[in-house]
Amino acid sequence: MIELRNVTAGYGKHTVLSNLSVAFEKGKLTSIVGVNGCGKSTLLKAVLGMIPLGGGEIFIDGRALGNMTRNEIARKAAYLSQGKNTPDMTVEQLVLHGRFPHLNYPRRYTAQDRDIAVLAMEQAGIADAARKPLHTLSGGMRQNAYIAMALAQNTDYILLDEPTTYLDIGHQLELMHILRGLAGDGKGIIAVMHDLPMAFTFSDSIVLLNNGQVIGNDAPNQLCKQQTISHVFGVAIERSADGQTYRYQYKA
Amino acid sequence: MKNSANYYLGKNRIKWLYIAGFFFLGTAFLLGIMLGSTPLSLEEIADAFRKGAHASAGARIFTYVRLPRTLASLVCGAALSVSGAVIQGVLANRLASPSMIGVNAGAGLAVTLCTAFGIFGGWQLSLFSFIGAFAAVMLVSFGAKRWGASRGTVILIGVALNSLLGAVSDTITTFIPEVAVMSSDFKVGAFSAVTYQKLIPAMVVVAAVIVILHTLHNELDVLTLGEENAKGLGLNTALMRTLFLLLAALLAGCAVSLAGLLSFVGLLVPHAIRRVAGGKAWNLLGLCALYGAAFVCVCDTVARTAFAPYEIPVGIIMAYLGAPFFVFILIKGKGGHSRD
Repeated sequence: MIELRNVTAGYGKHTVLSNLSVAFEKGKLTSIVGVNGCGKSTLLKAVLGMIPLGGGEIFIDGRALGNMTRNEIARKAAYLSQGKNTPDMTVEQLVLHGRFPHLNYPRRYTAQDRDIAVLAMEQAGIADAARKPLHTLSGGMRQNAYIAMALAQNTDYILLDEPTTYLDIGHQLELMHILRGLAGDGKGIIAVMHDLPMAFTFSDSIVLLNNGQVIGNDAPNQLCKQQTISHVFGVAIERSADGQTYRYQYKA
Repeated sequence: MKNSANYYLGKNRIKWLYIAGFFFLGTAFLLGIMLGSTPLSLEEIADAFRKGAHASAGARIFTYVRLPRTLASLVCGAALSVSGAVIQGVLANRLASPSMIGVNAGAGLAVTLCTAFGIFGGWQLSLFSFIGAFAAVMLVSFGAKRWGASRGTVILIGVALNSLLGAVSDTITTFIPEVAVMSSDFKVGAFSAVTYQKLIPAMVVVAAVIVILHTLHNELDVLTLGEENAKGLGLNTALMRTLFLLLAALLAGCAVSLAGLLSFVGLLVPHAIRRVAGGKAWNLLGLCALYGAAFVCVCDTVARTAFAPYEIPVGIIMAYLGAPFFVFILIKGKGGHSRD
C-alpha cells in the first residue's frame, strides 16, 4: 500500500498539495482525476520522492519514503511521465533500461535482465517492434514501449501521468486493458486521467482532487452518484448498462 | 518511407564499424608519423627505437617532433569527439559541442592565463585548462536549466560566452605581449607547439576519462530519456549530469592544453557517428574516440603536407570542413532528439 499522511508539497513557495491524505492499494487500478492545476501530477511526483515534502509523511509498503534511496524507490514504483523524449534508441534498448534500478555500478545488463525485457515487451504488445528505433514508431506504439520499460522495472506499483493523452481511441482502449490486466496480476496501478468516462469505466477506484485536497475517493459506481464530480467539473457522469457491460458517459 | 532494414542497427554493423575504425586509425597514425616536411621511412623510425639518442637526424625528427605531434592529434581528436558526444547527450542538444558552447574558450582563457604566469606545460597546465573548461560548461548548463533555455538559446549563450572569454584572453595578450607569441596558432588550433611535457599528462587523463565514461554508458543512455524518466529509473540526475559535464570538461581541457581552440571536431564526429551507429552510448563513446582520433590525425597530416614546406594550422582545415557541416545540421537535422 502507498499511503500519504497529511502531505503538503509544492514547488518552492508555491504549495500545491495541502494536508492531503490518501492511500493506494495493490491489485487495484486507481485513477486520479481533477481539473488542470489541482495537483494530480504533483501527487505522483511526491510519491516518487521527486519533490521535497513541506509536511506529512509518505509510506510505501510500510517504509517511510524519506528513508529510501532513489534506487529503492525505483524498485518499488515505476513512473511514466507526461512529457517524454523520443530518445535515439531502439525499443529493446529502452525496455532494457527498465532494469536500471536493479543494478549497481558498473551497470551491466545480464541475460536474465534481457529475458525480463523480452517478457515485458510481449506483455505490452510491442515485441514485434523490438529492433525498431523509437522515432519510427507511432505515438501509441511508443507509449507501449514505455509501458514495457515500466514492466521490465518489475515494481509493485506503476504510476502513470496521463497515459492516454495524445493516443487515438483504439490505442487508449488497448492501454486501459493492459493496465486492467496488470492490476489483475496484483500490481497497484495509479493513473492520472483526464478522460472521465475512460477513468470511470476502467478503474477500481477514483480519487478526485480539488485545490490540492482529496474531495472524493470511492468506487466509480458510488462516486458518480455524488455531487462532487459535477461540483468540480461542471458536468455530471452517469452509468448506463448495455447488456452485460457498464459504460460511463457525460450526463446531458 | 525508409526501408525498415535500414534501421536494423545490429551487432554486425557495429562490429564492422569498429574494425574499420581501427584500420582507419592505424593508417592515419602511420601516415601521420611518415609524412611531413621531411618524409620519414619506416627504417628511420625503427632506427629511432634501436639507437635512441644517437640515432640519425631523421630518427630524431621522429622522436622529438613527429611522434609527439601525431600522438597529440590522436589524443585531441578522441578527447574532443567524446566530449562532444557527452555534452550533446547531457544537454539533449545536438548542436552543442565543446567549442560551440564556450567550453574550449574557457579552457583557452585558463591556458592563456597560465602562459602569462609562466606555466607552459605539465600537470598544472592541464589542471587549469580543465578548471576553465568546467567553469564554462557548468555556466552554460546552469543557464540552460535556470532559464529553461531552448536548444537555440543555449548555442547563443555559447556564442556570447565565446566572445567574452576571447575578449578577456585578448586583453591579457595585449598587456603581456610575450603571451601573444603563440596566440594565433592557439586561437585556430594547431599541433606545432606540442611537447612531451604537455602530452603525457593530457594523454593519461584522456585515456582514463574515456574508460570511466564507458563504465557509465547506461547512465548516459538513461539521462537521455529526459529528467523525469531518468529519475523514475532511480538515477540521481543532478549528480550524474554534473559528473558527465565534469568528465567532458576534463577531455576538452586536455585537448585545449595541447592544441588550442580546435573547433568543430566535437560537433562533426559525434554527429556523423550517431548517424551511422545510432545513439547507444557505448557505441557512440567508443566509435567517437576511434574515428575522432583518426580524423584529427588525418587533418593534421594534410595541414603539414598540403602546402609543404609551408604548414597551416590544422584548425583552418577543420573550419573549412566543419562550418558548412554545422549549417547542414542546422537546416537538415533541426538539431536534436527532444521536441520543443
